[in-house]
Amino acid sequence: MRGSDEAYCLGIESTADDFSVGIVTFNGKILANASSNYVPEEGGIHPREAARHHAEVADAVLQEALVKAAIKPYELTLIAFSQGPGLGPCLRTGATVARALAAYLNRPLVGVNHSIAHIEIGKLTTGAMDPVTLYVSGGNTIVSAFDSGRYRIFGETLDIALGNCLDVFAREAGVKHKPGMPLGAALEELAANGEKLISLPYVVKGMDLSLSGLLTAAITMLRKGKCRLEDLCYSLQEHAFSMVTEVTERALAHTEKTEVLLTGGVAANKRLQSMLRGIAEEHGASFHVVPRQFATDNGAMIAWTGVLSYTHGIVTPLAESFVKLRWRIDKVDIPWVE
Amino acid sequence: MGGIASSVLIKKGAEACLYLANWHGKKVIIKTRYPKKYRPTELDIKIRSYRTTHEPLLMHEAKKTGVPTPTIFLVDPKNATIIMEYIEGTQVKQLLGNMSKKERNELCVKIGALIGKLHKHGVIHGDLTTSNMLLNTEGKIFLVDFGLGEKSAELEARGVDLHLMKRALQSTHYQFAQECFEAVFRGYSAVLGSEEAREVLEKILEIERRGRYVSERREEQ
Repeated sequence: MRGSDEAYCLGIESTADDFSVGIVTFNGKILANASSNYVPEEGGIHPREAARHHAEVADAVLQEALVKAAIKPYELTLIAFSQGPGLGPCLRTGATVARALAAYLNRPLVGVNHSIAHIEIGKLTTGAMDPVTLYVSGGNTIVSAFDSGRYRIFGETLDIALGNCLDVFAREAGVKHKPGMPLGAALEELAANGEKLISLPYVVKGMDLSLSGLLTAAITMLRKGKCRLEDLCYSLQEHAFSMVTEVTERALAHTEKTEVLLTGGVAANKRLQSMLRGIAEEHGASFHVVPRQFATDNGAMIAWTGVLSYTHGIVTPLAESFVKLRWRIDKVDIPWVE
Repeated sequence: MGGIASSVLIKKGAEACLYLANWHGKKVIIKTRYPKKYRPTELDIKIRSYRTTHEPLLMHEAKKTGVPTPTIFLVDPKNATIIMEYIEGTQVKQLLGNMSKKERNELCVKIGALIGKLHKHGVIHGDLTTSNMLLNTEGKIFLVDFGLGEKSAELEARGVDLHLMKRALQSTHYQFAQECFEAVFRGYSAVLGSEEAREVLEKILEIERRGRYVSERREEQ
């Protein structure tokens, strides 16, 4: 194998609305992270339309990443791709690009679990070693910590994901999707001007939580039209974030770990960050939050997790490179963590 | 709340602090839910006072069904504080790993029977983890921490409750989670009756399939 200084991995991310290509060195330097985001004309992500977007931009995003990293395709050592969980048509588009590249360059291929990649990029960019992780995005709400070879799930949503809850409410409230400004960010702005806390369902079941009832109640209030939108956004955020924070605190007390990591798209929310920082301080743990450009789905996280897998003997033969729409993090062995 | 002497913090949990104290000559646990600065004050007061008043009620209900719980001496909703009997014992969480398979299974059958008694009488514990079960020196198992519990005889509530137990075993005692849960279910089934218990088990499977990215769901489509 080539020395670690000159070994590069290219990672392809395409689980949902982002098509992204990242290039990292084997010792963890991020050289490029290029993305294109699919913005639906209305409503949520349409899987087929998103996949069409990915196929259309794949070439340009690949080129952009290679130019940014200033390397030639044949200099790549490894091709990694997001194998799941996610939307089928989107995953398949990314996987096809990855297979084609690996076959053309005659390089090994590694399929990466998207959720684990969010944890690993958080660790790489913040220096956290063994954290309790709150991973919150449009598709996931998981409290996890490493124990005996795997990332164990200590708590999770019993229904919809936190990002999904916020996005659906924002759309119902008529907040428009703008490129470079996720709906959640628009909701956060509105919430910052909220003054009155409206009582909404707060559902924590042991270490798990449920958000669908909260969303329904908030939408019902919205339709009645008796509350200020800012107050509703504020109240929705406060209830939902308090729930995930409570569950994270439980996992922290239970595992007695000394680090808290916040990762995934909703990690960019400042209010959520402040709540998590609060419980970390309370338990004498350090608080880490993934930088904004690596909070949303990105190719760099796939590339880096590809490196971790490959250097610990994991490759994905072509015949096993089918996408896994449902692939929980607690089903994946993690040989690279002690 | 007079009469407290020599109070020592013994556990700083996520939700509450537990102090071992001497109260009117009795060894007691003082459980205080301190304000959580991260959430808005109104919400914080609502959650803490609700849990503080409901927990003793459920513990009392549980006792009536024949499930050992610490006796409540005093409830102070304003300060979100409960004073209760101190149980001399060890958390089941710490015991399971240091037992023979036979002992472990016997303990789990007993735990299952206790859960069965609760459910039979419409009490849902709400946080069935092995940290919330204490084995005392006489071999009696006490259930504690009913703060997330409720009164319900619904199948859904029973399923969620027992599903939590299964999840707690999987995340904390994954080496023998399967056999432990099977033993818990045997004890549960013996008390609740096999027909009702089977319905709860089916509900648990349904709840699992509802979860995100569960591969079993594929088979239904």
